[in-house]
Amino acid sequence: MAIKTQPVTVNLGPQHPSTHGVFRMRVMFDGEEIVDVEPVFGYLHRGSEKLAEERTYTQIVTLTDRMDYVSSMLNNQAYILAVEKLAGIEPSPRGVWLRMIASELQRIASHLVATGFLLQDLGALGTPLIYAMRERENILDLFEMLCGARITNSYLRPGGVFMDAPAEFWPALDRGLGDILNTVDELETYLSGNEIVFSRTKGTAVLPKELLINASITGPMLRASGVDWDLRHRAPYDYYDRVSFDRILHTASDNYARYWVRVQETRESVKIIRQCIEQIEPGDVRPSFDEVPRLIRPPVGDAYAAIEGSKGELGFYLVSDGSIAPYRMHVRASSLINLTLLRDMLIGGQFGDLFVTFGSVDLNMGEVDR
Amino acid sequence: MTTVWSGGALAEAIEAFAPGSVESSAGSDVWLKPESISTVCEGLKIRSEFKFDLLSSLTAVDYIDHFEVVYHLTSLPMNASAVLKSRVGHGRTEASIASVVPIWRGADYQEREVWDLMGIRFDGHPNHKRIMLWEGYPGHPLRKDYVTYDQSIASTAPGAADSLKGAE
Amino acid sequence: MTGPKLIDPYGTPAGADPRGALQSITLDLDRTEGESVNKMKSTHLEPFPDPVLEVPDDLKRSVIVSSVDYLLNWARKSSVFPLQSGLACCSFEMISAAMARFDLARFGMEAMRASPRQADLLIVAGTLTWKMAVPLRRLYDQMAEPRWVISMGVCATSGGPYYQSYSVVPGVNHIMPVDVYVPGCPPRPDALLYGIMQLHDKIRRYSLNGQAAGRE
Repeated sequence: MAIKTQPVTVNLGPQHPSTHGVFRMRVMFDGEEIVDVEPVFGYLHRGSEKLAEERTYTQIVTLTDRMDYVSSMLNNQAYILAVEKLAGIEPSPRGVWLRMIASELQRIASHLVATGFLLQDLGALGTPLIYAMRERENILDLFEMLCGARITNSYLRPGGVFMDAPAEFWPALDRGLGDILNTVDELETYLSGNEIVFSRTKGTAVLPKELLINASITGPMLRASGVDWDLRHRAPYDYYDRVSFDRILHTASDNYARYWVRVQETRESVKIIRQCIEQIEPGDVRPSFDEVPRLIRPPVGDAYAAIEGSKGELGFYLVSDGSIAPYRMHVRASSLINLTLLRDMLIGGQFGDLFVTFGSVDLNMGEVDR
Repeated sequence: MTTVWSGGALAEAIEAFAPGSVESSAGSDVWLKPESISTVCEGLKIRSEFKFDLLSSLTAVDYIDHFEVVYHLTSLPMNASAVLKSRVGHGRTEASIASVVPIWRGADYQEREVWDLMGIRFDGHPNHKRIMLWEGYPGHPLRKDYVTYDQSIASTAPGAADSLKGAE
Repeated sequence: MTGPKLIDPYGTPAGADPRGALQSITLDLDRTEGESVNKMKSTHLEPFPDPVLEVPDDLKRSVIVSSVDYLLNWARKSSVFPLQSGLACCSFEMISAAMARFDLARFGMEAMRASPRQADLLIVAGTLTWKMAVPLRRLYDQMAEPRWVISMGVCATSGGPYYQSYSVVPGVNHIMPVDVYVPGCPPRPDALLYGIMQLHDKIRRYSLNGQAAGRE
């Protein structure tokens, strides 16, 4: 006999332990089945794009740190690439290698956080998250050696990075990479073949790849549906054409596939960093101030540069009017655009899967709202 | 490596299937007439010589006497990219353009963001309301003529970069 | 399926598919929210005075009360449960502080409560926007007294890098009184721990004779 139910609308967030920040949803559900979802944004909208119009090009690096605060280095990189494209700056080779190392380390940290919180949302309270965060602390220690900051690094400058890595960084990095592989192996032993993880994530929130492409979704979410699209490979920026790595693909396009792709990508990042260490050459880490002054005045025009961020295509669109501050800055925020299909993923699913699906998108509210 | 369509070649190719839709072209940019944006985008997505199936970015710039809506397109099968632009709202009145959500769903939140922060209306958007700021917020803050809402709190007036320019 | 038709509390015709109904009926809710944000923005113009604690003179004379005070304050300071609410970047340093390396559990604070009713301490970790100020003030009002507030990071303290922004509150003390300010952008977890120890010192100095603990 069917149980009589009627649709109920509840509010989730903005303060909620599982919404990864200040995200809010209105969810209408009928029994256990979700019938409609409406996301509400803007609880962390800080007006970065407007503030950028009042800062110089170098000062904006600090604003980009705080957009996606679990992958600051990647934000720096995307912004710096846009500035270099706009102003026609030729970067120093050693600076480029250093920022590749930094951004790949940041990608590992970001994927570890995403995995830890996904498992937290699954109900594995504490343990996987503590393991992931423990390893993230080691990566943050490496960042401290590089630039003295843990989260908001502001390490990159137009033309390279602002200072060379200290001598003790290299042995620490070597040790750290081994530790990362061990942690990933350990996480995978517990999780990738775990029956509970299987039954909760396999086959939930499946999205066809045509729909994903149509909704501009990029990054691990797109690769989890079998589309071979990685900007590091398809449109190599920096020196990504000089390193080799495997593109991680999965065809299931469900929550498990997204989790799996992220875990495997950390290993590829380690591979890339090892190649960077081999190929890095001595020299200056940024051009001299005669070549690239502190106050950059790019010629009038516009430029769009995108990188493969930890969450997808992260792009910066800059318009210059010839002065020391950009006329307009726009961020192509992958976290926001990856949420486009949130309703399609959730509607028809079970209420208990809501936060698992939400966690598998891997969003960061600082980037969603900016 | 991604091939970038040059403005001239793209304008010619667009004129071939949608005559009279291109305003001008320069560098890698093509300026379209706002009324033809739907037709052109539909063609760019479907036609076999373009296959622009992914809308990378949609944004807008305020050039004081008009607004410019900027589309960055990517083609996954062809590994190509292109930039479309369209000038709307001359004289700052009634800035509006057709929505491309029926063509690319990825435009959904980006168009809402442009409406919220820049005040350009997208005709035919399925859920046309503010996304970042709250309902009842006065004005659209990314416009150049926007005066900071609370002068009492923000002691420095907008345009701090101007004072920097003087100091330098 | 047999049985009575679905009744939608929001006025969708009975039997109609409720999918897609939500975004068309929530505009009124958004407007109500916008009104409350605008109201808060126009009324909270001045910061609340900081609740500085003065040790009353009679504390030294009253032996019995002071030993009761000592016990009470010891119990309070050893189990300050923070509310699990991170706003922005600083929330990741707050999470780091709770994780293995910095181990907030040493202070009896590992139980981060998801409900404001069970929390004693609100750590405002990150940039506070006017849109978020309304829910945050509601959370503060829902917390049972005695309650304390730590403003973590410069964004919460003064607006920080976003001071001139059109949507950022220039300091959480415009919304609620703050006991401890922790500087930094973001503060390291050690800095947060130091701020928490400062709060413990403050809690230790409350007296039943004097100012009640954790009141505005």
